[in-house]
Formats: sequence, structure tokens, C-alpha cells
Amino acid sequence: MSGQFSFGSLLRRPEAGAFIGLVAVLAFFVVFGGLSFLKTAGVASWLNVAANLGIVAIPIGLLMISGELDISIGAMVPAGSMTVAILSGYFGLPIAVGILAALGFGVLVGLLNGFIVVRTAVPSLIVTLGSLFAVQGLVLGLSVMLTNTTSIPLTSPAWAKAMFGTFIANQFQVIILWWLALTAVYVFVIHFKPVGNWIFAMGGDKVSARNAGIPTERLTIILFVLSATSASFVGVCQAILFNSAQVSSGMSFIFNAIISVVVGGVLLTGGFGSIIGIFFGTITFAIVNQGIYFTDFDRNWSSLIIGVMLLLAVLMNNTFRKMALSYSPKKK
Amino acid sequence: MSTPILELENVDKSFGPIHVLHNISLKVMPGEVLCLLGDNGAGKSTLIKTLAGVHKPTSGVVRFEGKPVVFDNPKQAQEIGIATVHQFGGTFPLMSIGRSFFVGVEPTKGWGPFKVIDRKKANAVAIKAIQDFGITRIDDGDRLIGGLSGGERQSLAIARAVHLGARVLILDEPTAALGVKQASHVLRIVLEAKKRGISVIFITHQVTHAMAVGDQYAVLIHGSVAANFYRGERTREEITDLMAGGEALAKLEAEVEN
Repeated sequence: MSGQFSFGSLLRRPEAGAFIGLVAVLAFFVVFGGLSFLKTAGVASWLNVAANLGIVAIPIGLLMISGELDISIGAMVPAGSMTVAILSGYFGLPIAVGILAALGFGVLVGLLNGFIVVRTAVPSLIVTLGSLFAVQGLVLGLSVMLTNTTSIPLTSPAWAKAMFGTFIANQFQVIILWWLALTAVYVFVIHFKPVGNWIFAMGGDKVSARNAGIPTERLTIILFVLSATSASFVGVCQAILFNSAQVSSGMSFIFNAIISVVVGGVLLTGGFGSIIGIFFGTITFAIVNQGIYFTDFDRNWSSLIIGVMLLLAVLMNNTFRKMALSYSPKKK
Repeated sequence: MSTPILELENVDKSFGPIHVLHNISLKVMPGEVLCLLGDNGAGKSTLIKTLAGVHKPTSGVVRFEGKPVVFDNPKQAQEIGIATVHQFGGTFPLMSIGRSFFVGVEPTKGWGPFKVIDRKKANAVAIKAIQDFGITRIDDGDRLIGGLSGGERQSLAIARAVHLGARVLILDEPTAALGVKQASHVLRIVLEAKKRGISVIFITHQVTHAMAVGDQYAVLIHGSVAANFYRGERTREEITDLMAGGEALAKLEAEVEN
């Protein structure tokens, strides 16, 4: 019964597919790329990618669990970078003001996305497609209007560097710590607190969830705020790390986050998934993304591998989900 | 004579120029099963939505235990004890039994920001509630809802509503999508709820199911109560004919026989 170890019950968990996928790609790249891939430099290369992506992927995963999607993150990452760079780099305001403004802009866009989705019932893909382009245009237009350039240098004080944009041991971005800490918070809130239960219920059946007294509209808006703000935060960290910001540098986040979430076992139609699964999915994606550099393969093949991996992951997750659904304890 | 737990008096409901319900007057006593019969489009859904707090009556009075009530939303109706269970149980296929049973009212342990869902307690209470209704096959609260049969899901939803304090259960076509055996499970649960003194408003267009559990019957035609009678006052054929709007079926039967 419960408490006792059972291989079957592990397989029925949403993250089972993600974990097996992770082991498989690790094995694949160790075989073809050798062990250098698991040494410090190798680990740093994929952990850096995973951390930047993971901070955005988890709120995207939550939106997908609740039955929504947010692709405006593709514009929010550069928007975060540019906000802090324009305010604190170009205009010389204190870095704290720049950071708060960038996060505030994330909250604002998230509120807007959330309100439109909740009030109009237009699919969130379309709403956030609109805000993706709108934010992109706004950032480009404003930066050219205010600074006459699309690439702005930023020098940050030591404390800001240390908190948001430094390399630990010369290789590991400090954002990895943020990612790990945020993941721990998400795991606790989503899987142990009632509000997490509500998000799953919303994705399973929105009308029933509302009838059960769950504030579905408020939760939806909060999740949109979370995803836009997280994307903006990643943008801020990147600007501080690289001492500069560019207008166009975030579109890859959209697909990469969705791939991480789906590989991580979240059901596209909502109601099923786990934070740990998304965590594994993100690492898996990052390993495939970076692992190719450690092999003799031409790196042009990496998209092929990612594509095949995505399809395999979806098929595997479907199988595990069916196992979970058809499971009933054996009569003793 | 005691007070009806739920009473409608001359309830009308229109959506703009469209009049859906006319002058509905019904009474449900505690522990009584009222079967609401009617063809598609007769106004059954609108009537139960009015009772459940989704719609407000255009005119007329709804009384709960003799006191007039007006609901702004379904939550208010639930709070005084009117619970609606929808056709597919309104449950979440990919959630565990324990978790879905307590959606919105999760039992917690711990304190402050570290208050967490008490999974063991949730599972234990959910399993006990459903087993008390005679569904003993369900014994693991971590199982996913999607793995249950339609009848079990429906039963779980009814057990949930009763556990959360429902005193009037509105069951919207609970047997419509079920096989014969599954449906009989649900009917047994309706009788068990009645035994506990809970009133049930049972919406169906399967006369057999209505005959099996009903104490009182109301037939809706074009938004009005065409007939309201007690168990044993009408035959099955009469009820079927009433539902179909009078002579239609009788005539059809006559034609088939000739």
C-alpha cells in the first residue's frame, strides 16, 4: 500500500516520462560525446540554459495545467532586459528602479493578458499572440524613440551583479540558484497547498471548479502575471549578466518553454502535470540543446534531435497517463 | 404538516422576450424524491438552474424551509444546502479521488504559510463517504477519477455533495449516459440519500428510473407544470404520454400495433 516502494506507482506519476527521457538523453550524449559532458564545464553549459528557461517554463506549465497558454513571454524577456537597460543604463537611474520597473511592466502585461482572457473568453493563445507583437513593437518603438538605438549597455553595481548576474566559479550563472529556489517554492505551493489543487481542478473542468467555489478568474489572472513577470525577471538577469540588452532576443523562449513543459509530462489540454516533471523536462531540453556541442555531430542536427525527442516524450507521457487512469489496486 | 424544504410559488423566468418558465409551483418535503420529467426543451434545465442560483426568477418566490430566498450565485445556494450534481458528475478525470473530493474545501494541517493539504485525511474521508453509500469497490483515495466507471463517478459526486452538507440534491440526468447496471447503482444511492433525510430533485427522461425512486412527479411541458402527482397515481404509460406532450406516443403505439 502507500508508503511502500512500488515501481508501478512511480511510473504512474506525471514526471515518470520526463525522468526516463532525462536518463535517456544523458546516456545518449555520454555515449556519443564522452564524459566531458558531465564535467564542470559541461554541466555548467546546460545548467545555465536550463535555469534561464526553467524560471519561465514553470509558470507556463502552470498555465497549461490550468488550461491556458502564454506566448507573450517571447517579448517579455527582451522587454525586461530593455526596461532595466534603458532606465538604469541609458538614463542612469538606480538599478533598483530599473529592476522594479521591469518587474512592474511584467505585472502590468500579465494583468492585461489575464483580464482579456477572463473577460472575453478569447483563447489565450490568440490574446497572448496579440500581446507578444504589441509588447515587441512597444519595446522597439520606445527604445528607438528614447535612445536612438536597439542595443543598450548597462553597468550594474556589485550587489546587483552578485544577486542577478554573475558567474559562480567562473561558469555557473547565479540565476541557477534562483531557479532552484523558485522550483522548491513552486513544488511546495502547487503540490502541497490547496491553491495548487485548485489549479489542477481548473484545468480539469473549469465550470465544476467554479461551482466548487474556486476563484477561477482571479487564479487565471495571477498565473498570467506570474508568467509575464518571470519572463521579465529572466530578461533583467540577462541584461545584468551580459552588461547590455538587445531588442530582439527572446522568441526562442516560447517554443523552448512549451517543449520543456510537454516533455515534462504536462497534458496540453490541462489538468495533469507536475513541477518536478517540468524541472526534469527543462533539464532534458537543455542537455539536448547543449549536448550536441560535446559530440562530433554537426550542431545543425540538434533541432532534429529535439523534434524527435518531443514526439517520443509525448507518446511516452500518453502511455503513462493511460496507465495512471486505468490503474486500480489489485484485490488481495 | 411540516414545512417543505424547498418550495416554488408562481415562478416565472424569461430571457428577454422569451418566456421559458410559466407559473411554476412545486413543493419538496424533506427526504422526498421529486422526479422532474419532461422532453428536451421543456425547461427542466432552466428550472434547476433557477433553483441552483445560476438564474434568478423573473417573478415568483423560492422558499427554503419556509423562508423566501434569492441567490446571487451558485455558491450561495450551496451554502444553504442546495447542491447540483451534473450529468458527468462534475469531477476532474485526472485528479485523485481524495483531491477532487475536497476541491475548494481541502482539509489542511500545519500552520501559517506552511499549511498543507492533509492528503491522508482527505483520502480517508473521501473513501469512507463513498463506501457509506455502498460503493465498496473504491478503496484507494490516490486513484484517479478517470479510472472510475460513469456510475462510480456520479456516486462519488453525490457522496461529495452530501458530505459537504447538501440537504437538497439536484441531480441533472444522472443516469442518462449510463448502462443499466451503472444506472441502478446511482438509483440505489438516490434511495440511500433519501433514507438520510435528504431531498432529491431527480431530472430524467427515463420513466423507468423515475418510477423506481420517485415519491412525487412533476411533468414539464413548454415551461409549465403539466402534471404534478404522487407515486402510484399514474401509470407508466400515462407518464410517458404526458412527457411526449399528450397523445403523440399513444397514437404511435396504436399505429405500430395495427
